[in-house]
Amino acid sequence: MDALYQEIILDHYRNPVGRGLREPFEAEVHHVNPTCGDEITLRVHLEGAGGSATVADISYDNQGCSISQASASVMYEQLVHQPVDEAMAVLDAFVALMQSATDAGAGEPDEDLLGDALAFAGVAQYPARVKCALLAWMAWKDAVTQVLSHGGAR
Amino acid sequence: MTLLDPGLRADFPILARTVRGGKPLVYLDSAATSQKPQVVLDAEREFYETVNAAVHRGAHFLAEQATDAFETARATVAAFVGGRAEDLVFTRNATESVNLVSHAFSSATAKAAHGAPLAPGADRFVLRPGDEVVVTEMEHHANLVPWQEVCDKTGATLRWIPLADDGRLDLSDLDGIITERARVVAFVHQSNILGTVNPIDIIAARAREVGALTVLDACQSVPHMPVDVTSLGVDFVAFSGHKMLGPTGVGCLWGRTEVLADLPPFLTGGSMISTVTMERSTFADPPQRFEAGTPNVAQAIGLAAATQYLDKVGMPAIAAHEHALTELALAALADLPGVHVVGPTQATARGSAVSFVVDGLHPHDVGQVLDDEGVAVRVGHHCAWPVCRRYGVPATTRASFALYNQPDEIDALVTGIRRAQVFFGVL
Repeated sequence: MDALYQEIILDHYRNPVGRGLREPFEAEVHHVNPTCGDEITLRVHLEGAGGSATVADISYDNQGCSISQASASVMYEQLVHQPVDEAMAVLDAFVALMQSATDAGAGEPDEDLLGDALAFAGVAQYPARVKCALLAWMAWKDAVTQVLSHGGAR
Repeated sequence: MTLLDPGLRADFPILARTVRGGKPLVYLDSAATSQKPQVVLDAEREFYETVNAAVHRGAHFLAEQATDAFETARATVAAFVGGRAEDLVFTRNATESVNLVSHAFSSATAKAAHGAPLAPGADRFVLRPGDEVVVTEMEHHANLVPWQEVCDKTGATLRWIPLADDGRLDLSDLDGIITERARVVAFVHQSNILGTVNPIDIIAARAREVGALTVLDACQSVPHMPVDVTSLGVDFVAFSGHKMLGPTGVGCLWGRTEVLADLPPFLTGGSMISTVTMERSTFADPPQRFEAGTPNVAQAIGLAAATQYLDKVGMPAIAAHEHALTELALAALADLPGVHVVGPTQATARGSAVSFVVDGLHPHDVGQVLDDEGVAVRVGHHCAWPVCRRYGVPATTRASFALYNQPDEIDALVTGIRRAQVFFGVL
């Protein structure tokens, strides 16, 4: 229990960072977890073009369990103001962390990349909750991909 | 209080195991799937060990014995719900049972649209624009989505009986919802999320009045109360094997003899035909018409053993036992601050699926803490998402009981909920 609900997760759950939908944004997505009904609406705002684009803002409105709520909040902290390429690397590290219990080939988690997101390591032990933790991250990836495929930031 | 002897728990091997670091298993998720007594496991294994052969074909000794065992299972299960063996179709699960009926409407309508020959009587399944299909707002997705599909394919209109605030159906405008345009009314006997037991007689009587066929989802009633399909006044009854102590992979569709006789087939292929030429085929009589391919023989035999077990304990006694547990659970939850039952709060006309929400806590987190205590509950929308929307909750936590549960397991549930409230600091 305590391994799953790290203090960082509970803090972000009680006091989420970056929550609320804001302007400007280049893409908005809505993702759901059909097994439990958790939902997130997420917007991304990128600045700059192509490889040098940075994540200027991630704004979101979500409902769901503590894991999915805290995950969105931690993601906001980890990714905002990062170059898009760097943020994508954090995303990959987080996905790898979530699969670490079931994927024997997964290496050691990259603590430098993950920062506070490392607190979700315990979630990987509960396969039913992995989708909760990934909901916001997958929404973010979807939104950024949409922006980049439509010619990048304004 | 009329509780069953807790000694019957010894018949269910899995109940002896521990979970999450040595905690006794408190299994409160029987509405999702029930546990299996040893006699069911033995029946399935014994079939494979001693009788296994393809049924309904071949003339060798084992084939005869296997066919006999399969058809005996059919008769046993049919008798358990008060029906004739000839009217009972084995399917893979109750979802397939509903789809078997809903598909008849789609396929008959599609055939009629281009003038393909319809079997005599099959025209009653042809839908036309303006025709209506009626469901209720409390349906499991399995008795909702197939009818949405039927409407999309045929141009018929979907209507539904709404929920009232108390977790029961609002029947005040029943005659306005089930009209002369209604061709089929599909509804649930006992809600899997709210626990509500619906007044079948009222709904079925109105459907008959307007000439609509009726399809009853009895997944949550057949395992928990005496059900006599012939006295329900409906045309089709779908139920599931694995929710009534039987194996997974087997469900049932009972149909009224004369309606089943007119019903076009669902899956087609081997074993369901009468004659086959290169141009066309004719189909076998029910129930074989609806059992294409090699059937789930061992599972049907396991299900028959489950019905014999249920009969031995006695369905009236099981219903009384679960009623007592439901009363205890509702009272215990009512005493918990910050906990609200979603569904009827009295045990009258109500089954043992008890959904609730906890102020300030998401059901996933409640379920996680309960799981840590060894208490298995279901969290989520329970495949009844419209019900959650209707009551303004994203999801619920659901405890559901069966004949093997005992009052101390309700205590474990209550303790777990309290611990979740303390852990997340919402008390």
